[in-house]
Amino acid sequence: MNDRTVAPRPAGTGSTGARAGVPAARPDSEAPIPPTTEADQKTIVRPGDRIFAGLATGSGIFIVVLIAAIGVFLLLQAIPSLALDQVNFLTSREWSTGDVDNMRYGILDLFLVTVVSSAFALVIAMPIALGIALFLTQYAPRRLARPFAYVIDLLAAVPSIIFGLWGLLVLGPVLTPIGEWLTSNLGWLPLFAEGNVSIELGGTIFTAGIVLAVMILPIITAVSREVFDRTPVTHVEGAIALGATKWEVVRTTVLPFGKAGYVSASMLGLGRALGETIALTIILSGTGAAFAWSLFDGGATFASKIALAAPEFNDPRTAGAYIAAGLVLFVLTFGVNAIARSIVAGHKEYE
Amino acid sequence: MKTKRHGAVLGLIAAGALLLTACGSDANTPQGQAPATGESSTPVDCGGKSKLSAEGSSAQKNAMDTFVQAYQQKCQGADLAYNASGSGAGVKQFIGGQVDFGGSDSPLSESKGEVAKAAERCQGNPAWNLPLVFGPVAVGYKLEGVTDLTLSGELVAKIFNGTVKKWNDPAVAALNGSAKLPDKDIKVVYRSDESGTTDNFQLYLDAASKGAWTQGAGKQFKGGVGEAKEKSAGVAQAVGSVDGAITYVELSFAQDNKLSIAKIDNGSGAVELNDASVGKAIDGAKIKGTGNDLVLDLDSIYGSTEAGTYPLLLATYEIVCSKGYDADTAKAVKAFLTVAATDGQAGLADAGYAPVPQAFQEKLLTAIKAIA
Repeated sequence: MNDRTVAPRPAGTGSTGARAGVPAARPDSEAPIPPTTEADQKTIVRPGDRIFAGLATGSGIFIVVLIAAIGVFLLLQAIPSLALDQVNFLTSREWSTGDVDNMRYGILDLFLVTVVSSAFALVIAMPIALGIALFLTQYAPRRLARPFAYVIDLLAAVPSIIFGLWGLLVLGPVLTPIGEWLTSNLGWLPLFAEGNVSIELGGTIFTAGIVLAVMILPIITAVSREVFDRTPVTHVEGAIALGATKWEVVRTTVLPFGKAGYVSASMLGLGRALGETIALTIILSGTGAAFAWSLFDGGATFASKIALAAPEFNDPRTAGAYIAAGLVLFVLTFGVNAIARSIVAGHKEYE
Repeated sequence: MKTKRHGAVLGLIAAGALLLTACGSDANTPQGQAPATGESSTPVDCGGKSKLSAEGSSAQKNAMDTFVQAYQQKCQGADLAYNASGSGAGVKQFIGGQVDFGGSDSPLSESKGEVAKAAERCQGNPAWNLPLVFGPVAVGYKLEGVTDLTLSGELVAKIFNGTVKKWNDPAVAALNGSAKLPDKDIKVVYRSDESGTTDNFQLYLDAASKGAWTQGAGKQFKGGVGEAKEKSAGVAQAVGSVDGAITYVELSFAQDNKLSIAKIDNGSGAVELNDASVGKAIDGAKIKGTGNDLVLDLDSIYGSTEAGTYPLLLATYEIVCSKGYDADTAKAVKAFLTVAATDGQAGLADAGYAPVPQAFQEKLLTAIKAIA
């Protein structure tokens, strides 16, 4: 692969990001092909090398310890409350923690609402992000691509409370007729069945999922864009030489090359969607009814449930119930990230 | 956000106008019960510690802001920091001696050992619960063509637990003979966050529904119907945007969102929510505590059948030491509470609370004077 023609890859796309940074930091290890004449002079180990290596290693260890500490903390706080739970924590749909002598809580509905709303967001955001990334890297003229990319990145800077209010006050009413049409015409599908909250109020997973999709769009787009940009020029030129059209070039070189990065980017977006809090506390209508696999159900996600109760925590046992829910979210996010990593790792040999 | 803020300002103006007109028009309420506001004649002995600290209930946050403003006007250089971290935290911090007094939606509990622990914090003297802030809770609704609706405690309970599902249900019609009630579903909206308002609303239903409410109380809504929105702003906004919706919400939010406010019939005729009817309810409250410990018997408010009282209100307490402060702190606490019980009450109506009526104010002042 020709390093000079390839754009630098952001660290977030995977472990290869670290490798891309190496030649500049440790030029002596690649002595046979020195990239620059400047590097030739740095053949001895300077204090800077040691300091930098120490800092980098320390940061790595720090983050691992920190995450482990979060996990242990959650577990320790959750265990006493879990012992008081009168129903099955994993399969119950009840959530009643006010009376510490009779705490009945389970995370089934929270889990399902969290997963379904995030998955729905991903289903919407993935193809759109793919389209945007391909447009920016393959179709758009260079002069247009840069500013266009900045505009999309701007979306990531909008505070989630703005997305929440927009979803509730602006998008919700707009989606009402669409939601009503879907439930009356496709209501036989469980996914579009009439839900347990009113469509008029807009507090459905349908609204929430669309807002989440907008929120994760810039993340998926930004990472995919960089990955597609790195498609080896030789591959592209080879395809063109064989008479491929633009679409065939994308299909035979760009997509196979960028697939792992694209999936990884989507998982990153999914992680964001799973943990999104404020926008969902504002948008999603709570309900006492059970989740019935409809996009027009309401409910609460792990994060929104915790946020809604947090201001009134006054008993460690009650708080512990929510911490236990947080622990499940932690595990869920961990699982999602692990899947993403394994997908990336599985495709490494391609590069 | 900007339009919302404009709305809030408009709402406040509207609220002020409504309250002014309400005083003159409501024939049900005796004029003698007018709230004791705007009297700046009460002497306040300023001084002592210049910066007090308090913590607790978020329901009285806005009232505290009003009190602090009045306190600063009255006593030069004096200040109080109120941290609205929730009732439980307020009690905990007060017991721990971290703050000078606590704010709480419920009085200190004997069974949880809070009374004993608080006495320990006050050097062996009992702590007093002083109900300084009262907030009326409106049953707000939006129903096209119906702006004058009367509900009884029993009917409210039946609506909020799903027994009554339609606006033209015979039970609703029985109380509203002249209204044209549409054949529409009642959409119940409740708070998705944990809240003292929900707790008090359910306590009210428990006391006033003649057995129709069997779900009990608590900070989470237990009616089992309808859908939840976040915070008072969320529920009021939701009800304001959908025809046929109903909720319970603090008065100021109902007014901001132009909700119709139901009259409550406690068995002695329909009563509108206004300062006078709320003041009468506070005056009629029985005190459960002994001496200057003014713990309210909420059932006596919620279950009141006296004519002209609006029973649905939220009472929040300041939890203070009767004795046991050092001299500086005691002086400042007394000064602050005196201002809060007198001048401070004047601004409460604008902030969505109800000022305490005169008779009750005297009880409060007696208690505050006795703090040493």
